[in-house]
Amino acid sequence: METLITILAGVLVTVAVYLLLSRSIIRIILGSAVLSHAVHLLLMVMGGLKKGSVPLLGEVSDRYTDALPQALILTAIVISFAVTAFLLVLAYRTYQETGSDDLREMRGFTDE
Amino acid sequence: MNNMIVMPMIIPLLTGIILVFFRSYIKVQRVLSFLALVATAGVSVYLLNKIQTDGILRLDFGGWRPPYGILFVADSFSVLLVLTTAIVSAIVLLYAFSSIGFKRENMFFYPFALLLVAGVNGSFLTGDLFNLFVCFEVMLLASYVLITLGGKKVQLVESIKYVAINVLSSWFFLLGIAYLYGTVGTLNMAHLSARVAEVGQGPLLTVISILFLIVFSLKSGLLLYFWLPGSYSAPPTAIAALFGALLTKVGIYAMFRMFTLIFYHEPSITHTMIGVMAALTLIGGSLGAIAYKDIRQIVSYNVIITVGFILVGLAVSTEVGFQGAIFYLVHDMLIKALLFLLAGTMIYLTGKTRIEEMSGLIGNYPLLGWLFFLTTLSLAGIPPLSGFLGKLYIGQGAVEAGSYGLLALAFISGMLVLYSLLRIFMNTFWGETIISEEEEVPLKKSLLLPCVLLGIATIALGIGAESLLVYVEDAAYTLMNPEVYVDAVLGNRK
Amino acid sequence: MKINDVILRTITKLVVFIILTFGVELFLAGHNDPGGGFIGGLVLSSALVLLFLVYDIETVQKGIPVDFKKVAAVGVLFAVGTGLGAVAFGAEFLTQTFEVFHLPVFGDTELATVLLFEVGVALTVVGTVVTIILSISEDV
Repeated sequence: METLITILAGVLVTVAVYLLLSRSIIRIILGSAVLSHAVHLLLMVMGGLKKGSVPLLGEVSDRYTDALPQALILTAIVISFAVTAFLLVLAYRTYQETGSDDLREMRGFTDE
Repeated sequence: MNNMIVMPMIIPLLTGIILVFFRSYIKVQRVLSFLALVATAGVSVYLLNKIQTDGILRLDFGGWRPPYGILFVADSFSVLLVLTTAIVSAIVLLYAFSSIGFKRENMFFYPFALLLVAGVNGSFLTGDLFNLFVCFEVMLLASYVLITLGGKKVQLVESIKYVAINVLSSWFFLLGIAYLYGTVGTLNMAHLSARVAEVGQGPLLTVISILFLIVFSLKSGLLLYFWLPGSYSAPPTAIAALFGALLTKVGIYAMFRMFTLIFYHEPSITHTMIGVMAALTLIGGSLGAIAYKDIRQIVSYNVIITVGFILVGLAVSTEVGFQGAIFYLVHDMLIKALLFLLAGTMIYLTGKTRIEEMSGLIGNYPLLGWLFFLTTLSLAGIPPLSGFLGKLYIGQGAVEAGSYGLLALAFISGMLVLYSLLRIFMNTFWGETIISEEEEVPLKKSLLLPCVLLGIATIALGIGAESLLVYVEDAAYTLMNPEVYVDAVLGNRK
Repeated sequence: MKINDVILRTITKLVVFIILTFGVELFLAGHNDPGGGFIGGLVLSSALVLLFLVYDIETVQKGIPVDFKKVAAVGVLFAVGTGLGAVAFGAEFLTQTFEVFHLPVFGDTELATVLLFEVGVALTVVGTVVTIILSISEDV
């Protein structure tokens, strides 16, 4: 299972890199979102998948799953959510100002 | 337990939040944000002295003992930087009061500036790797907003680059954290240090350490600085000064922590890499600084040179080298803020950005001219000013470690810094005065005051270096002997 | 062009309350089970976003005259405030505690300070999400 998820993370990274290398801002934003999901999966694998019982009070078991990666992933998701939302607003504002979402057209932009 | 440790992060954060409710009361916002930073500075002075008597302090959030909970750790190194951050940002805010404009003040400039300071202080103080990531993100999110605030075209276009590169480096950061957690099973920095020392830093851990090197190089502009000059010259002066003084320094701090506390077992690989990267940064930064004619670009490339210079101190890894690097970090936060403020003031006064378009400003604004000269001397490391001691110690450290190549590069780059700034000085302040008295834009006292304050600070730091030496020595001692830090965190001393 | 969305409008009136209730349920469940302030807050804000989608922004703002930026700020104040509350009692920052009270209707109830912290988280999430949605949707 761990191997499968790792491969999945790898595939996601591939997709994300492809998107990131394009010139359109929207694709770059989508790429960064996919990229962050890949690393969240990786974090989960690194904690070990399903080793024991749910780490909650009242569960009786001799082994518990490591809860830390979940906490890390939740925090990371919140952060990537905020950054993605900000990027979307930024891309929209830039499109309004420059009339373009192509990074090459924006190159060497000075002012006014 | 000492709840004071969390205050340098909580005071700016809380004040920033409260200011959201005072959106239309600009005066209240100004006073409160300034007071908050002064209070932060006061708390850091208190902490700094307490560390000298009680040793390294720690605060376990929620009473969870390390390595289980997250915690803040205050040693001399981090608190020195927190103190400088508070002072510099307070002075930069003074400049912002009269330059940032009502539109930005009304769009939550002060809350975000305080949030930036909270993130920076949190990054300095945290003792947990994941928490470091979170504080970095708090700082970066605030900086994303600050760089776009006002929404001019050039700002928007530059900030897309800035945000994209930081999203990527944050991704590498998480990747490193994931691998590290999978390998040694902890994220508490002291615990990491102990465990890495236990299992030995094998090839796997060295690779992970290089991953972190990439992350922090991107954040601090060590070799991977291609994004920096554009982004730092886009926002208005006060914001650029905050960025130039604070943001790269956090990356440098994180690099020092990682490579003195956790990954210090394979210096022949990691520290050599840092040395090579520092050398290339010095060369590239110097080329940029002398090639451009736009003041903002020259100043931004000066930031890059400094990053290379400070990391020479890490690459040589001797106690004197560390002392020099710490001195130079504190000095550079002050002087880069001053340099950015002066450059911004010159652009504001003349409306031009290129050096050949200005001339003879010293006739119009003598005090500004002499302040710029003072900055130049201080950056070059002329003795009574603050840059001297840092340069001397880093040089001494390089001699002790036998890295003569780095030593030569560091000092040649110092000459080039002097040259690049003197070029600005000669071109803009000397020569024929082209602005007649009628056309002269009056230089507001409120713009000059922060510059004068920072100028006094650099002189005071140079002359009063003796009194700071105690703290710097303690900080360098802790960096040199990671077990002191580990004991303070994992020991049972409450 | 005005589309005929009478079904959506009618269903929304009903569904919004179900979503809101579910949000509160998730929020309270977070004490001992999966759930909590973040998820509860997201569900609550999804109800608000649905309202914004179905009716226009002005109508909803008339019904709920709240500045969501301030909601987020209040949330952070709550969260940081509970942390500082611990400092006031001489405990470590962010220390949480709980006490079992005997309340008239509920019987023996466990009241914890972490609930206040979670209220802060939920408010922050609602405020932030709605602010983001509003700022993207402005002048489209």
